[in-house]
Amino acid sequence: MLRLEKRPNPSRFWLWFTPVLAVLLTMTAAGLLFAALGSNPFTVIRTIFWEPLAGSNASYFRAQLFIKAAPLILIAVGLAMGFRAGIWNIGAEGQYIMGAVIGASVGLAFYPTENRLIFPLMVAAGAFGGWAWAMIPAILRTRFNTNEILVSLMLVYVAQAILAKASFSFLRNPEGMGFPGSRNFSTYPAARNFDLIERSGLHWGAFTALAVAVAAYVLLTRHGIGFQIRLAGQAPRAARFHGVSPTRLIIFCLGTAGILAGMAGIFEVSGPAGQLTENFATGYGFTAIIVAFLGRLNPLGIVLAGLLMALTYVGGSLAESRLNLPAASIQVFQGMLLFFLLGVDVLTNYRIRLSRSQSKGAGA
Amino acid sequence: MTAATDELLRLEGLTRAYPGVIANSDVSFTIRTGEIHALLGENGAGKSTLVKMIYGLVRPDQGRMLLSGRPYAPGRPAEARRQGVAMVFQHFSLFEALTVAENVALGMETPPPLRILSGRIREVSEAYGLPLDPARHVGDLSAGERQRVEIIRCLLQDPKLLIMDEPTSVLTPQEVEILFGTLRQLAAAGTSILYISHKLEEIRSLCDEATILRRGRVVATCTPRERSAREMAELMVGASLAVPSRSPATHGAVALQVSNLSRPSPIPFGTPLREISFSLAKGEILGIAGVAGNGQDELLLALSGELRSAPGAITLNGQPIGAAGPAQRRKAGLVAAPEDRYGHAAAPDMSLTENAWLTAGARMPLSRNGFVSWGKVRDFAKAVIRDYDVRTPGPDVAARALSGGNLQKFLMGRELQQGADVIVINQPTWGVDAAAASAIRQKILDCAAAGAAVVVISQDLDELMEIADTFAVLNAGRLTAPRPIQGLDTEQIGLMMGGAHGMEEAHLAN
Repeated sequence: MLRLEKRPNPSRFWLWFTPVLAVLLTMTAAGLLFAALGSNPFTVIRTIFWEPLAGSNASYFRAQLFIKAAPLILIAVGLAMGFRAGIWNIGAEGQYIMGAVIGASVGLAFYPTENRLIFPLMVAAGAFGGWAWAMIPAILRTRFNTNEILVSLMLVYVAQAILAKASFSFLRNPEGMGFPGSRNFSTYPAARNFDLIERSGLHWGAFTALAVAVAAYVLLTRHGIGFQIRLAGQAPRAARFHGVSPTRLIIFCLGTAGILAGMAGIFEVSGPAGQLTENFATGYGFTAIIVAFLGRLNPLGIVLAGLLMALTYVGGSLAESRLNLPAASIQVFQGMLLFFLLGVDVLTNYRIRLSRSQSKGAGA
Repeated sequence: MTAATDELLRLEGLTRAYPGVIANSDVSFTIRTGEIHALLGENGAGKSTLVKMIYGLVRPDQGRMLLSGRPYAPGRPAEARRQGVAMVFQHFSLFEALTVAENVALGMETPPPLRILSGRIREVSEAYGLPLDPARHVGDLSAGERQRVEIIRCLLQDPKLLIMDEPTSVLTPQEVEILFGTLRQLAAAGTSILYISHKLEEIRSLCDEATILRRGRVVATCTPRERSAREMAELMVGASLAVPSRSPATHGAVALQVSNLSRPSPIPFGTPLREISFSLAKGEILGIAGVAGNGQDELLLALSGELRSAPGAITLNGQPIGAAGPAQRRKAGLVAAPEDRYGHAAAPDMSLTENAWLTAGARMPLSRNGFVSWGKVRDFAKAVIRDYDVRTPGPDVAARALSGGNLQKFLMGRELQQGADVIVINQPTWGVDAAAASAIRQKILDCAAAGAAVVVISQDLDELMEIADTFAVLNAGRLTAPRPIQGLDTEQIGLMMGGAHGMEEAHLAN
């Protein structure tokens, strides 16, 4: 009989090996799925995991990889801090949208002025937009004890409505011949988030994401606030005994997540997306939740997880177009990844034991 | 009567090992019909494992048991109950939101209709002198009354053997007398009782036989009435015991002043604090007694800063700190140690180093600009482990990997090592073995001798008698006026504690 036995100390080996095991299990299960769909599973897995890195046109796909990974990492690092503390911000998508809307509004308000300060100002405005949007669930939670999961999630739909309004009316390109969508930032140099290394996909957001991940890692492991975040998540009563103010912690964690999601939004709209349209938001805020857990809520793990998730996106769409796979199968594939990841997580804190059969004990 | 028919339960060579520890090794003894048999031993001596084997929660690796001469090997507690073995646990498993009768019904396999059950509960409670109203909600009952629910639940099954695990730890002296009356009555009617305790005077007054366990083995069997408490204690510990030494104290200026502190309880079914006032001088130890659930946890929260009050309700060295949080209070010189170790005083999944930072970070120079100097914290944790004899491989081990007693030593050390002006402790030696408990008491006395004002909240009266200078009782959220401990006897203390339940009126005059 299989039995789970709690480990006295969490296993460091399994802490880092479970993501690898989850990826291997996903490859196996997804391979079976793709085989059932009539494709060669090895070709599909190879197309998803290998082609974007080293296949033909790899330099284009690598740039796509960084473009996709940067916002995921930036958002996931912010979310992870809250998740560590037991504060469940599910609405990063909304904060991401509001960062883009507010940041783009500030940038376009200066059009066509050329000034080096405009882009930094836009980033600050984007951060503010995300922060302000995250403060709504934060204040409702601390004042009225509402559930931040529900409030932050519902605000995503409000943000989407504001995004639609912006692209149809107040941010619509006056020279766009009536088409919805803002001016394109690629035609406005002062406000453009350009690649720091030509055609590499490494725009300001990518470097910000990396810097933020390192800073968050240092905060969590070395700083008193990081300790409070971890303590609040693991042992809430011990956290109150330590002197953690739940209110300040909620404001801090939701605020940080909002700022980072908002910055991801403005980097995206002024760079890879180029303009604000109704279809601007493609779910980075939700996928970042998966990325945060895939990275074990550890900022450095999240960098790797973000790259892996971006790879499944880029490779997935490549498989879709080259091998004619249905889009839903790629989504199932991504779902499997999260499923296995959470499933094998149990090995970090438990070990599997083969227990002796019942009858032996009874005979004693 | 011959020994063979007289014998209810015989244990022969019971052995049970867990990974890394042998909990019981070759344990043999017998319990006669109608006998009150004591099982004595320190924490970790193997009492619980032995009892779990008798009650069918754990199977022995080796050895066998005979119940009334027939082989007895219960696989589950239900089987044990069917064969006439019942148990009252130290921690009650009752639902506070349900009534007494509903709780009793939940513990039965085929409960009769509630109306009939209520009638039987009344009958049994009257027959054994355990007054209990089946219609009351358990949430409104005192600890002593909750225990009665558990006992009656067992008695309804007409047991041949009743196992009681540390039953008096939650009772006032008067309630203890009532319980003992019931147990003697049961024994006279032919029910055997296995009575687990480490309170030696109780065992001397109640039990016919005693089996003493040490490190999983039977080290002695004796008739408690013929032995002194000290003799039995030394058998239990296996060494002679050091009595903490105290020097006559000279008390300094007032360090802690609590005036008219009233707060609702933040704990569901908790007890509000009502107009609590006392003052404590430097070098003084105030012992606060009381039956569990009378506001002890709330008082600790109010003093540690987790429960805020008006600024002036609590002053530390003259400074109002009532509105300050735990970290500010630590900085100002007040440290506190809550009762619950796993989850309140310590984060179970964090290392000892991280748990050291949990409270020591505020007072000790262990950080720079908000960044934790983990190396220094680790050194502090190591010093605590060394000075308080904490048995652990090192400071990087998770707190949950330590036994309760070992973790308590670490947590006591963490607070006592900080050189605070005021130290508040709830249950300093709960679950700690006798040798370690006396070491902890000595450290508390040392802190007081060095000028700290100490509040010790404890349910162990002997402990308070040993270390406290002044004595007060917390009862239904009210604190009696502190009195010098010299000259108080058990009778007076019992009356301060509100006597037996049903005598609440007595204390309101205080």
